[in-house]
Amino acid sequence: MIRINGEELELDQISLKEYLDGNGYDARRIAVECNETIVPKSQFDRFLLHAGDVVEIVSFVGGG
Amino acid sequence: MKNDTFKLGGKEFSSRFILGSGKYSLELIKAAVENAGAEIITLAVRRTNTKDTENILDYIPDNVTLLPNTSGARDAAEAVRIARMARELGCGNFVKIEIMKDGKYLLPDNVETVKATQILSDEGFVVLPYMYPDLYTARDLQRAGAAAVMPLASPIGSNKGLATKEFIQILIDEIDLPIIVDAGIGKPSQACEAMEMGAAAIMSNTAIATARDIPAMAGAFKDAINAGRRAYLAGLGRVLERGAEASDPLTGFLRD
Amino acid sequence: MAENLFFVDSEKLSEKALEKKHRLEQDPSSRRDHMAYMEGMERIDSTIRDKVIAEMNQYDYEKYTDADVRRALNSERCTVEDLKALLSPAALPYLEQMARKAKTETSKHFGNTVYLFTPLYIANYCENYCIYCGFNCYNDIRRKKLSYEEIEKEMRVIADSGIEEILILTGESRTKSDVTYIGEACKLAAKYFRNVGLEIYPVNTEEYRYLHECGADYVTVFQETYDSDKYETLHLLGHKRVFPYRFDAQERALMGGMRGVGFSALLGLSDFRKDALASALHVYYLQRKYPQAEYSLSCPRLRPIINNDRINPLDVHEKELCQILCAYRIFLPFVGITVSSREQKHFRDGIIKIAATKVSAGVSTGIGDHESKYKGEETTDGGDEQFEISDGRSFDEMYRDVTGEGLQPVLNDYVYV
Repeated sequence: MIRINGEELELDQISLKEYLDGNGYDARRIAVECNETIVPKSQFDRFLLHAGDVVEIVSFVGGG
Repeated sequence: MKNDTFKLGGKEFSSRFILGSGKYSLELIKAAVENAGAEIITLAVRRTNTKDTENILDYIPDNVTLLPNTSGARDAAEAVRIARMARELGCGNFVKIEIMKDGKYLLPDNVETVKATQILSDEGFVVLPYMYPDLYTARDLQRAGAAAVMPLASPIGSNKGLATKEFIQILIDEIDLPIIVDAGIGKPSQACEAMEMGAAAIMSNTAIATARDIPAMAGAFKDAINAGRRAYLAGLGRVLERGAEASDPLTGFLRD
Repeated sequence: MAENLFFVDSEKLSEKALEKKHRLEQDPSSRRDHMAYMEGMERIDSTIRDKVIAEMNQYDYEKYTDADVRRALNSERCTVEDLKALLSPAALPYLEQMARKAKTETSKHFGNTVYLFTPLYIANYCENYCIYCGFNCYNDIRRKKLSYEEIEKEMRVIADSGIEEILILTGESRTKSDVTYIGEACKLAAKYFRNVGLEIYPVNTEEYRYLHECGADYVTVFQETYDSDKYETLHLLGHKRVFPYRFDAQERALMGGMRGVGFSALLGLSDFRKDALASALHVYYLQRKYPQAEYSLSCPRLRPIINNDRINPLDVHEKELCQILCAYRIFLPFVGITVSSREQKHFRDGIIKIAATKVSAGVSTGIGDHESKYKGEETTDGGDEQFEISDGRSFDEMYRDVTGEGLQPVLNDYVYV
């Protein structure tokens, strides 16, 4: 199980890029944090997600 | 007025109106930015919703500096994480620290804000902390490396105006950083008054977002902020005190 | 502008000493660089000095008008620009209004209290040649350094009179009156007084820390003039010649843990409006950096000294002095303002009702003569005075007069925790 944006997903050993591409994320407009550490964009393709990882994928929205 | 600019993190700004982008539709942002003459706009960071086809960045003109906030953070550690994610989004190293532990009044936690300011300025962020106007906290923020201090005028989103006027004046007088009045400014006249007092800039969101005509209100704020700034630079005229003068001179003892 | 004639040659100086003295006086190239630190002098961040000097250099007091002064008097907060207007010649016709505003500010922060203290000179040896000062190393005066027993005896006499706050002074001689000697004097003073201040040669942070541990709380250093070019022509020899080291003394004292610091220019030495501005800004900028500390300003005017009775404060008349003090008070409502016995009774009685919050009483600027002055007993081996005082009132007389003016004399108000 991998927890992505609060959702438990049945995934293991998948590259971050693979996951993002497969789920309609625009890599230019997001930032990813895995287990409270930033994953730099340049590492998306070789960064492997493992069971137990907690991932946050964020982008900008309106705010004051 | 021509060269009347202020600096944040090595960048020079001539507009003293920082526009919030919350609570209104993306289509209106461009018009609001243009009418406001804003050079800085605030944003929030949230989990990405892949169903959205639009991104707010598509609506913000390129020359505008983005100021992501850390709203949603309840302590310094969370604010630091949000700030790092915001920087990773690739739009510069500005961050407005906003830490609220209280969901009812949404007042900023000054102690946690100082901690986050220290960590983030050490990491090279240009840090603009939102705070409750307290002199000691403002000094701590300055020591911690803040680029400006953003005291609240009244509870966020309340449009109640300068409830903390006396205390903001103290910060303006005592702190060698730009004082940007944030939160609670509900009308252009209130923004103007804060600028007359010597505030460096005004940050406003709800006052504009809840106006009937959003772009028009952005323009009204721009004019008010400029008027207040010009009045400050011109030096306010005197206020006559009431009361009579005593007839006995105090300086009658002077010789030679 | 008129100038004082300061140079006096003593018959007792050797030919060689006279030759050196004359060379120092006449040939600027014979004098060391007054902006260069001497060995052992600590350097600290110069931001405050740079700001004060830059503001002072820009100050053109002739450009301020009636309107500027009226605006300053009618605004709620006094800005640096307002201070400049209040110190300008344009403000002189508004002296009465300034006094009223100053009085209001004084009473807001101090009520109707006036602090009383006395200075105690423990030595008058000096290694400096400051041409206006009675203690200068070329002046032929009786020199004396009190022994610890003599210091204690003096302190007992003063404490018996009722005084609780003392200011210990020395001439500026690190060799004759070293830091340990002054520290021991502080320890003695702490036995007899509630509050001990120092007016000695500037020292390094760690030395201030030591003196604080010995019992001193307050450090006063007079910059004399903030115009470094003028300063150079007045302080020809000795440690005091180093302008920046002296300027930074108060900051080092605060870094060393002192509770408070005092400042002043000696009015009459240079352009008094610029010096007054710089003194006030020196306090203003330091206060922003060290907001926990206490601050005070003095306002000494030049006085005649032994062997030169012609020295006078030139264009700084009582009116101008009053203007400066009112401007200080309006700009810095929270600072203590001390008016010493260099001024006459009528002036001191008047100014404590407007701006001053501290006056000296029972004053001698000589060495070891308190017993004779307080009790009428003969002293024959005392040391000579630094300058002539103008108000010889005893502590009792001062206490009575202050009370008589409707004010409340305060002997000290510290709490130690």
